[in-house]
Amino acid sequence: MTPRFALAPALFMALVMVPIYWLIAISLQDARSLGTSFTLIPANPTLANFRFILTEPDWYLGYLNALIYVLINVVISVGVALPAAYAFSRFRFPGRRALFFSLLMFRMMVPAILLVPFVQIFSALDLIDTHIAVALAHCFFSVPIAIWILEGFISGVPVEVDESARADGHSTWSFFRRILLPMIAPGVATAAFFCFMFSWVEFLLSNALTTIDAKPFGGIMSRVGGVLSAHVPLLAAAGVLGLVPGVLLAILLRRHLAQGFSLGRVS
Amino acid sequence: MRHSSSQATTALPYLLPALMVLALVGGVPLGLVAYYAVHDTFGGNVFVWVGADWFVKVLTSPEFYAALGRSLAFSLLVLSIQIPLGIFIALRMPKSGPLVAAGIVLLAIPMLTPQIVVGYLWKVMAAPETGLLTQALGAVGLTLDPNSVGWTWVLLVAMDTWHWTGLVVLLCYARLRTIPDAYYQAAAVDGAGRWAVFRHVQLPRLKLVLAIALLLRFMDSFTLYTEAYVITRGGPGLSTVFLSHELVQTGLIQFDLGEAGAMAVIYFLIVVVVSAFFYRLIVPARADEARR
Repeated sequence: MTPRFALAPALFMALVMVPIYWLIAISLQDARSLGTSFTLIPANPTLANFRFILTEPDWYLGYLNALIYVLINVVISVGVALPAAYAFSRFRFPGRRALFFSLLMFRMMVPAILLVPFVQIFSALDLIDTHIAVALAHCFFSVPIAIWILEGFISGVPVEVDESARADGHSTWSFFRRILLPMIAPGVATAAFFCFMFSWVEFLLSNALTTIDAKPFGGIMSRVGGVLSAHVPLLAAAGVLGLVPGVLLAILLRRHLAQGFSLGRVS
Repeated sequence: MRHSSSQATTALPYLLPALMVLALVGGVPLGLVAYYAVHDTFGGNVFVWVGADWFVKVLTSPEFYAALGRSLAFSLLVLSIQIPLGIFIALRMPKSGPLVAAGIVLLAIPMLTPQIVVGYLWKVMAAPETGLLTQALGAVGLTLDPNSVGWTWVLLVAMDTWHWTGLVVLLCYARLRTIPDAYYQAAAVDGAGRWAVFRHVQLPRLKLVLAIALLLRFMDSFTLYTEAYVITRGGPGLSTVFLSHELVQTGLIQFDLGEAGAMAVIYFLIVVVVSAFFYRLIVPARADEARR
């Protein structure tokens, strides 16, 4: 490394962290203080905004609602993706390439295209404002993400493992449960993490498909932000809470982040 | 790998659950979009076949081309910044060390931030008087004018660069670390300079991850909605009305199902063509990697 540029990554990371620091700094301010002045360090830091969000049902239910549909989505996505990823990795069937590519198409789909039909379909099924509606809508994106990531991990397992398991008399089910799953456990965690994150950060669909009972925190932020723009520190606190799951899980999965972001194409 | 035509019947039970879910949550809504695109509706329950009328309307609409142009311009702008910047940072990152693991998590944080929070954060950063960005620019004598088209674009590009450059860094860095030291030693023996090492040792091995990064970054910036909408609501004027915004406006606000359907079909076709183009880059690059 030439010393001249050795600091570039550190500088870049510091710049990336500045807005996050700013968000935290605002969230610690008194609810009414920001309208008038600019400060880098909150003068009288307080946790009042966090206390308010965590005790006000309108707010904390928003996080709970998001958590519920996100977890439903993760269970469905990883559950159906696992056998499919195995098939893509191990079998050479006609149309395999085309099918694998069309999965990429799903991941690349524009949420705005799906907005109107999803609203129509879930209205017809009387599922508007339910967690399952959001979870299913998000499956459009998360199932392909999970298949691509898992396919990458399964392809890293030598075929000989399958063959010796079969020679040892394992049934398909027992092979998956006792041999393959333990070997690709980081892959399953990575796939689950990326499904979780897609669903957790998504706004357009989750907001449009919910009204009250299943409204995620993002929808509440959007409502409060639109009406009461004075509540900047409160919204900042809501934003900080929205960051928590991603940061915690990213720390746990730090070694597999690149593998996940590349849809299983880097190892 | 087993090669036989009977593998289709073997593979089917494994694929079936995923295919059923995707048919339900994918096939049905996409079919509905295509149906709307070729019908006119009265009150949302009587549908009349109108053929290509809506497509003609969309393809002759100046608003559509304006929004398409803005989306393409935005994508090209952010790609031309984020790809080189991401490669540069990845190249300069130390190979190992206690700070690397922490750095990787830090790089990922913007990407794990809820979209509404990203938009909201940057809106507050650019707030007149109290915003951090406004203040920082003020300190070097610049005025962030929220009513200026130029500044609003700068703001959105900065926001997206903050949000997504980490993706390019993470992918390139992960790939660079897998290049054996022997390659660098060989290059050093040949007396290769930094640029030659990059050009002949590193860049060829980054092909696959760069194709993936380009694809993901193109699509996600081309379909940007929430973050930009929260910050600008399409303004000033119509200067930041992107294609997704135009589509949501037509479909959900004006409730013009036919026109929105036709626009969605055209949007979808652009997505397919671009993805197919990048996929052709990814597949040979993957085969290349397998040979190395």
